[in-house]
Amino acid sequence: MNHDNFFFKHYGLTQADLPRYLAAALSAGGDYADLYFEYLSSTSLSVDESMVKSASQGISAGCGVRVVSGERTGYAYTDDLSPERILHAARTAALIASGPAKTPAVGFQQKPARSLYPVSLPSVDAEITAKVELVMRVDAAARAYDPRIKEVRASYADELRNILVVTSDGTIAEDSQPLARLNASCIAKGEQQSGRGSAGGGGRVALDFFFGEKTPEHFAKEAARQAILQLDAREAPAGEMEVVLGPGWPGVLLHEAVGHGLEADFNRKKTSAFAGLVGRRVASEKCTVVDNGTMPWRRGSLNVDDEGQPTQETVLIENGILKGYLSDKLSAKLMGISDTGNGRRESYEHIPMPRMTNTYMLPGQDDPEDIIRSVKHGVYAVNFGGGQVDITNGKFVFSASEAYMIENGKITAPIKGATLIGNGPDVLTRVSMVGHDLQLDEGVGTCGKDGQAVPVGVGIPTIKVDRLTVGGTARKDSGGFMQ
Amino acid sequence: MSEIQTETTQLETRNPKLESDLRELAQDMVRRAMAGGATAAEAVVREGDEFSTVVRLGQVETLKESGSRAIGVRVFFGKRAASTYSSDFSRAGLDRMLKSALELAKITSEDPFGGIPEVSQLGSLKGDLDLYHEDVYSLPGTQRIEYARRAEKAALDFDPRIKNSEGGSFDAATGRKVLANSHGFVGEYRRSYCSVAAIPIAQDEKGGMQRDYWFSVARNLGRLDPPEQVGRIAAERTIRRLGARKAKTSHVPVIFDPMVAASILEHIFEGVNGDSVYRGASFLAGKLGQKIAGENVTVIDDGTMPGGFGTSPFDGEGIPTRRKLVIENGVLKSYLLNTYTAKKLGLETTANASRGLAGTPGIGPGNYFLQPGTKTPKEIIGDVKEGLYVTEFLGHGANLVTGDYSRGASGLWISGGELTYPVEEITVAGNLKEMFFHISEIANDLEFRGAVASPTIRIDGLTVGGE
Repeated sequence: MNHDNFFFKHYGLTQADLPRYLAAALSAGGDYADLYFEYLSSTSLSVDESMVKSASQGISAGCGVRVVSGERTGYAYTDDLSPERILHAARTAALIASGPAKTPAVGFQQKPARSLYPVSLPSVDAEITAKVELVMRVDAAARAYDPRIKEVRASYADELRNILVVTSDGTIAEDSQPLARLNASCIAKGEQQSGRGSAGGGGRVALDFFFGEKTPEHFAKEAARQAILQLDAREAPAGEMEVVLGPGWPGVLLHEAVGHGLEADFNRKKTSAFAGLVGRRVASEKCTVVDNGTMPWRRGSLNVDDEGQPTQETVLIENGILKGYLSDKLSAKLMGISDTGNGRRESYEHIPMPRMTNTYMLPGQDDPEDIIRSVKHGVYAVNFGGGQVDITNGKFVFSASEAYMIENGKITAPIKGATLIGNGPDVLTRVSMVGHDLQLDEGVGTCGKDGQAVPVGVGIPTIKVDRLTVGGTARKDSGGFMQ
Repeated sequence: MSEIQTETTQLETRNPKLESDLRELAQDMVRRAMAGGATAAEAVVREGDEFSTVVRLGQVETLKESGSRAIGVRVFFGKRAASTYSSDFSRAGLDRMLKSALELAKITSEDPFGGIPEVSQLGSLKGDLDLYHEDVYSLPGTQRIEYARRAEKAALDFDPRIKNSEGGSFDAATGRKVLANSHGFVGEYRRSYCSVAAIPIAQDEKGGMQRDYWFSVARNLGRLDPPEQVGRIAAERTIRRLGARKAKTSHVPVIFDPMVAASILEHIFEGVNGDSVYRGASFLAGKLGQKIAGENVTVIDDGTMPGGFGTSPFDGEGIPTRRKLVIENGVLKSYLLNTYTAKKLGLETTANASRGLAGTPGIGPGNYFLQPGTKTPKEIIGDVKEGLYVTEFLGHGANLVTGDYSRGASGLWISGGELTYPVEEITVAGNLKEMFFHISEIANDLEFRGAVASPTIRIDGLTVGGE
């Protein structure tokens, strides 16, 4: 183990402490125990009415101790990293088991380290004035876009999470995970209608990302464009119809419709609509969906997951056939499947569970323009708010924030925001065209499960779903959305 | 049966010295910020304990028990402000927190409306608000697990079609909050909470699965519903969803049960939130004194109700909480404000400041509710020939700027005044600006299961999207 590990250096933790803590965790038996040390430092800034109204910084640190005995998990944590408090947490977590003490493995193996997000200067340590410049530039660019943009809010947030994971089966892993995000949100006022738009992005990147690849002006213009567009939006239709999803963030469809349902914990417990469907067709043969935690710089990527396991690319659906699940250690062991490195947690206060990283559909053969041309009457949805799924009955929603009518093969009028609703296990069987234009989102996704939030990514090429329910307000016979 | 012994995990008895230390600590942080050049300062300290357990298919699945604390400061240099927080209470940790706050305030903008409240506004409600009961932790560990087990068992035993479960659970938590500022205010309160829940899963002969849940939550153990009752209701709610189908796209009366109605009421809260109002980001901005809903609609926010889930003796800025009419007979009477948004709008604060550890204070509800009517939910359903009874929303499709509203839903179809078959994979859509004028019925079944509560309501003029 590297002696300049963060926790060794700053908290006086030593190599010799680790087996002692694990032994306390296994003092009442149990199959497995782990320690998760976390030190999180964060900054946030926001601009409203062209003023930097809020600036904050914070530090949170702690250690979580988990003991697993069969299907049972005991968990305790402390925000005080003194040996007494860690031992106390370990003994509390130990109470899940009841039996003779077990001895943790002697000597730790460090997993081969990846370096998906090497930053020389983490953004949390960068000059605050540069971050102020970013939010002020968002504000200026959004206001300059159109005089009808009346309100602009810009925010910037970054963090650096140092983790150390130590397990009773002899794994030790450390990582330093940067994360930064810049966001713009705008309100436009027209004579008749108002509109709002928001855009943002980032990833596990250094501050220079926002001065080069994705500038404040890029996000500002995108948010302003969406807000202005809504000023002319018509009522959205209601009912089943053809739906074309644009590339990128509309990949939230995959996250909700299939991603959550394929998390191994739900399948181990047989509470998911996808339980028992491995090897069966769950999508058209044009669909191949993967979860990939190894993409450099991406918001959903991790060198190792929060159980110390290296992340990987996992094929979930291949040419329409369900191939497997996303697992953490517990599910992998209990189901006899491999650990895909998807064990994640919000913080040291939380028990890890299977979570997505970056989830996307591989590109197909179709030309995006041909896809639009093939639709007689339908909706083209290019931007979304969030979504939600009931993994047991498979029903999912995702809310379009920018969408258009397609009439006779042509994109016509913008329509108001509407929720799209479908059934996870069969929505992808109705995907009849897949574009060659795969895009990933710009780095805005945060996924919630059991009250735990973790950053994720999504992506999708342009696709056509032959039938999906659109939740608008227009009466079909009113012609309200005709040109 | 579980052999787990958790009696020994009772949290260590509180150290009285440490308790006064936290109060002293908050005041000390304020003093030191002022000594460092701040013109005003505020410190908040939070301390909490949590216990939770899940029992699934009769076996303990998780057991979690811990405590934590954190401190945050907000400093002003004239009209510039910044805030920092830390979970590290060491001398070095606190020094660093304070130093960063003082430095960070240099880069923020002069905001003429910034500042902490006036001395005359500060204070705390007197008397026992019935918020804290140590009995949430009085049960021995095995009994807590029993609560979770009993709730799940009642659900599993209710009907043979309940074949699986995400478990029964029991949670307990206590929290303490101390707030101090440079006007000499120092206040604190404790709150406790416990809950029991069940999430059963039912399966029909075709293999179709449905899940639903029910829970009881209270500030003390004695007021918690019996776990058997929670499990039984959870099972009833789950069983009635089996065999759900889509509905036809239509325009029919929609009745919302109290849980989903509360979520609709939250949109009014977001709409009267001073932060959205001054930015023009709300469909209710500029509507003070105007009719925004039907005559039958009266909405109240009351942070003073003893035992309430939204009750506290003072708000996030140290101002005593109060009761106010938000909407009276359809007329918008009050926005909900903190000190900053009140100044921006030229109004008085309504003591709705909510304060996290970091950042500027936000706005939160007290006990916020729609005044109940006189009809029973059954009578209201009985008046509907064809309609939809919504029991669950999926997603968050409300645009507060435009009022556009579109959400995924499931529930039961109403035919001839009776609840008939279950429906799912449908949407309910309309516009918030009109929806509150079309609340045609309000039932008498108001019950607080959180800070925001509503009786059953009927809304007309919505679009149900389906086949």
